[in-house]
Amino acid sequence: MASYYLEANWDDLVPIPQDDGPEPLTPISYDKECYSEAMSYFRAVALKDERSERALSLTEKIIKHNPAHYTIWHYRQQILFSLEKDLYNELDFITDQWIIKTYNLWDKELAFIDKLLDDDVRNNSAWNQRYFVIFFNPNEPTEELLAQEVQYGINKILLAPNNISPWNYVKGIIAKSKEQDISVLEGLCKELEKQNIISYHALGCLVDIYESRAKRGSIEDKNLGIKTCELLAEKRDNIRQKYWEYRKQVLT
Amino acid sequence: MTSIEKANNLLVDLHVKYIQSLDTKKDDLEYWFTEHLRLSGVYWGLTALDLLKNVNMLNREDVVKYVVSCGFGGHIGHDPHLTHTLYAVQILVIEDALDSVNTEKIIEYVKSRQDPQTGAFTGDEWEEIDTRFSYCAISCLSLLKRLDAIDVKKAIEFIMLCKNFDGGFGNTPGAESHAVFCCVGALAIVNSLHLVDADLLGWWLCERQLKNGGLNGRPEKLEDDPESGGIADRPGDMVDVFHTLFGIAGLSLLGYPDLKSVDPVYCLPKYVVQRIGLAERYHV
Repeated sequence: MASYYLEANWDDLVPIPQDDGPEPLTPISYDKECYSEAMSYFRAVALKDERSERALSLTEKIIKHNPAHYTIWHYRQQILFSLEKDLYNELDFITDQWIIKTYNLWDKELAFIDKLLDDDVRNNSAWNQRYFVIFFNPNEPTEELLAQEVQYGINKILLAPNNISPWNYVKGIIAKSKEQDISVLEGLCKELEKQNIISYHALGCLVDIYESRAKRGSIEDKNLGIKTCELLAEKRDNIRQKYWEYRKQVLT
Repeated sequence: MTSIEKANNLLVDLHVKYIQSLDTKKDDLEYWFTEHLRLSGVYWGLTALDLLKNVNMLNREDVVKYVVSCGFGGHIGHDPHLTHTLYAVQILVIEDALDSVNTEKIIEYVKSRQDPQTGAFTGDEWEEIDTRFSYCAISCLSLLKRLDAIDVKKAIEFIMLCKNFDGGFGNTPGAESHAVFCCVGALAIVNSLHLVDADLLGWWLCERQLKNGGLNGRPEKLEDDPESGGIADRPGDMVDVFHTLFGIAGLSLLGYPDLKSVDPVYCLPKYVVQRIGLAERYHV
């Protein structure tokens, strides 16, 4: 008789336990109470190709234990189709980029990423996902939203100035904005300098800023850029000496 | 030999012995757990041996016979996959044995994996899309000199959709930069490197190097040898044949003595790529 865990009435079915052969090399110690029992009933259900409410709830139990079980997902889909279920309810089950795009869940996703980055500001995947939410959204981001995002990135940089992910992110956002003005980061770089925080990202960002002004003809910025490249090459980011020499050469 | 001398010397004999030993461990459980990596392992091991000037240490006839028996799969009896199709072709090109398979069938299979609408490639019949499969298809057909079999223009368009704000490339449009080698390699083969933002990607790439000299695969991660010089993933960890190849290939690119040159686009010994008459598309 099925345990209370499975809820529905299963008395008409004989569970089929997993057959690992006589002496299994590496038997998996499943959670006997729940997963093994549910799977035993699943084998019996699948053998009959039963597409019922109780079979649906059984797939839910198994998926909660083992979301990577492809066979169960496939069977669940067949049941949903057969019972003509409202597929929108099924969405609570799943979340990924396809789901976000297809069902317009952009706002919820941004709140979720806020939480991920509050937990771990160095989560590069979350920073990438944030960019995806802003730009792969069918609603084109406003200049106001982009400015907010730059500020969001700046705040996160101040928490950990040597974390490259938000630096890449704010530069990516600025490149997509109307003005494309990297100088908006100058205050941040100067602030870090004032606090005696050594960050090659901040110095590198200053090189970008000086270079953008040098391109518009400022000799002063050209010289500042060259000096900063030299500081990076010789002291602050010696391991990338050749890269900074290249940047210096471009400036000259 | 002092420990510093040891660290600075590539112990060629030991690496060769290690690779040769891999197929003699049939009593180990691990051998059977890694069955799906068997053909891949032959490619990694054989290429590493060739770069170490020891290609004959694996019996050519056995290698070719095994590759042919895998069909398009990762081992005998496994389902076909684009990744293993490339590995098989790479091995056969190294062994100069392409005539032992029906290349028309290979070309047909690779072609069937392209989505005509997007230009993307799926890995197998389950249709997962990934730019790494784009590389497999493009590299494979290039080695067979049959790039005409696919829609190259569409394939490039799809790869470019995967270019990210940090200059890198992801597996699918919008995905984190984690498929840079495959996308840049594929673009190099089809003469489209001009589409890469070289300065931005150059910074992203050199920013992968950490203070200890090692390189990581993504921002804010630990170093790993596919990009740097160990033979395990990092000092003190277990060795494996995957990291052995990429460690040796990395040393070869850096001009380490007594190694054959590696072609960084095809990840094959350079002489092999030259032998089949493919032009060199880069300068070290």
